[in-house]
Amino acid sequence: MDITLSKTQKDIAQEARRFLKKECPSEYVQEMFKDSRGMTDDLWRKMAEMDWMALRIPETYGGMGMKQIDMSLLLEEMGRAVVPGPFFSTVILAGETILAAGTDIQKKKYLSDIADGKIMATLALHEPDGGSDPGYIQMTGIRNGDDFTLDGTKLYVPDAHLADFVVMPVRTGTTAKPADSISLFILSTREKGVTISPLPTMDGTRKLSVVICKEVRLSRASLLGELNKGWRPLLLALQRAQVGLCAESVGGAQKAMEIASDYAKIRVQYDQPIGSFQAVKHMCAQMFTEAESSRSMMYWASWAQDYGAENEAAIAASSAKSYCGDAFTRVASKGIQVLGGTGFTMENEMHLYLKRAKANQAALGNSIYHRERVMQLLSSANE
Amino acid sequence: MDFRLTPAEEAFRQEFREWLTQTLPRDWDPFNQPTFKDPEKIRDAYREFQKKLSNAGYAGMHYDKAYGGQGRSLMEGVIVSQEMGRRCISLVMPGVITHGMALPLIYFCGTEDQKKKFIPKILDGSHLWCQGFSEPDAGSDVANISTMAARDGDDYIVNGQKVWTSMAHFADFCLLVVRTDPDSRKHKGLSYLLVDMSLPGIDPRPMTQITGEAEFNEVFFDNVRVPVGSLIGEEGQGWKMAITTLMFERAMGDVVISAAYETNVEKLIHMAATTKNSGQPVIEDPVYRQQIAQSYIDIMALKYHGLRNFSHHIKTGIPGPEGSIGKLLWSEPNQRITEAAMDMQGPAGQVTGGPWSVQGGSWQYAFLRSKGNTIEAGTSEIQRNIIGERVLGLPKDASRDKSPS
Repeated sequence: MDITLSKTQKDIAQEARRFLKKECPSEYVQEMFKDSRGMTDDLWRKMAEMDWMALRIPETYGGMGMKQIDMSLLLEEMGRAVVPGPFFSTVILAGETILAAGTDIQKKKYLSDIADGKIMATLALHEPDGGSDPGYIQMTGIRNGDDFTLDGTKLYVPDAHLADFVVMPVRTGTTAKPADSISLFILSTREKGVTISPLPTMDGTRKLSVVICKEVRLSRASLLGELNKGWRPLLLALQRAQVGLCAESVGGAQKAMEIASDYAKIRVQYDQPIGSFQAVKHMCAQMFTEAESSRSMMYWASWAQDYGAENEAAIAASSAKSYCGDAFTRVASKGIQVLGGTGFTMENEMHLYLKRAKANQAALGNSIYHRERVMQLLSSANE
Repeated sequence: MDFRLTPAEEAFRQEFREWLTQTLPRDWDPFNQPTFKDPEKIRDAYREFQKKLSNAGYAGMHYDKAYGGQGRSLMEGVIVSQEMGRRCISLVMPGVITHGMALPLIYFCGTEDQKKKFIPKILDGSHLWCQGFSEPDAGSDVANISTMAARDGDDYIVNGQKVWTSMAHFADFCLLVVRTDPDSRKHKGLSYLLVDMSLPGIDPRPMTQITGEAEFNEVFFDNVRVPVGSLIGEEGQGWKMAITTLMFERAMGDVVISAAYETNVEKLIHMAATTKNSGQPVIEDPVYRQQIAQSYIDIMALKYHGLRNFSHHIKTGIPGPEGSIGKLLWSEPNQRITEAAMDMQGPAGQVTGGPWSVQGGSWQYAFLRSKGNTIEAGTSEIQRNIIGERVLGLPKDASRDKSPS
């Protein structure tokens, strides 16, 4: 057992922190928060030059073949800087789904483009009335010879306004069970019948859209992997994405805690730094406690995706998703309280952390969804 | 990064598991909680079990063979601790001060004679220790100790009073913190004495705690003559010794506790599956399911955080910043878990025993006992002061700043 980081892993984190300090300071994030695209091509290109998009893509497909924990360390730094733009959507949501579901030819085609930063993509998970349940898929894909016709609405799709294509889970089978009725499609956002409309979102660094398909005709080549067998790979990809959000949340919580405790050292009231008052000190200590314990959970969940048994990987992902999301939200809320009126302004960066925390908590299954999933996984483990 | 044990360690775990299965009584209930209702009984059970551990070669895993230890790896020590925490915490609990405080302090700071005299007797179960730290005026302000040890020839003469001294009423020895320099204040001038509890003038008086049993004592020291050879380390270095030697054992302690709490969560799930509300098992109720899952998740955080801290410690020799939060991670969730367990029982939550109680009233006991968790061994408030000041570097508050330390 060795739950420490290797030299290479520490380097990934340090290099990312140095890079983002320079290329993605909070002024940049604040600007992108209000920008309608929410990204700059310049930062995207530089991140690609750093090989970040290639990190976890296998070498066969033009990537570096690293593990989930390595990606988590990078995402932790990205969460710390509240990096705006479609990295998570492209590399994690779309990339992991293609990696889990795609045929060899599809992986060669799409993953090498993702690794090179040539394309942007995303995954459409939610539908009206589905809540947090990824299995609630009503969008239909009616087979017509070698073509499929897609009809339906996908909601809260991150970065669809930028994406070249969206990975779409679609109901193609006739049985109620998702395990043999869901197929995944690669939907070009330029396809006829596709409408993408941005949604007003609380976290301006993670923009969401509605994707409506009206009689969209796709050829068989757009089918990602096997017909009616999309559910399992989708769940596996989702698990990695959930862990990825945990990593972001850990980085965000860490930074929010640092901002608050640094402020508590210099802000003077009643002739003393407010950090000397136990009411404030204990808030900072609690923020530290939650950030550190979240990190331990995130390491476990990251490790389990590559090395744990199937059930452990699933339990760890759901446990960590609810734990880290809740912790980040509490930490960022306390961060605003420690900063007082300053923390309540748009000008201060703390709002970025609170809004990202709420976005991460709500995305890819909220905490209540994941706690219920833990219960189901625990009982299936005991059967 | 690797959360797995090596195949050799895994084999050792299996070996120890089998030994435990054979050694524990056939009708052993792993959900059995430690209580102090019958002090002699729990002391004898501890001694008997520790003797068996020792005979089988599992006592003091990572301690030197010269003193009765096994000379094995730290990881094997963790494995033994985890398995005992999981299966028989009630047999281990009475020895928590003995193994968590007395043993490492003597091992790291004792003279050769002290080590030879005390360690083998600890490891074979002959001696149980208590720890005399807190006093009526030295609670959270633990350095405000006033129990004095005045030198008189070959003895110290000890006078004073300790309080909240766990197990003093049946311990053989006491790890006693005294002030050896009467002019000193706060952390300076404190020393550790290894005191035989049978010496004349020592009077432990059990205190009844909110669970109805007596785990703690007031201990009065009235002109107790303690031989100078009982001093461990140097005079006046007691505080420093406590800080430097006990960190590692605290990490080990967190591992035992998290293993015991894993069993508690299993017990909670079992209870929820067998307890009904409106004719339906409470485990089918979505509200309770959320609470059960949260309990499990909190204990996983404790577990993996503890292991991460331990791993960091083994690799670097020093505890990481993550070490300081271990206590908050078990004490506060344990209160929430025991409270949830009582809620799930509905009106039976009021009943502490008998046929209409749930699981023998053990959750009612655990609920009350858990209220001590955020007080004993440093209150949550003191833990947060330590994190705020030592880890985050926040300034001390003005009132505490004025007192010398």
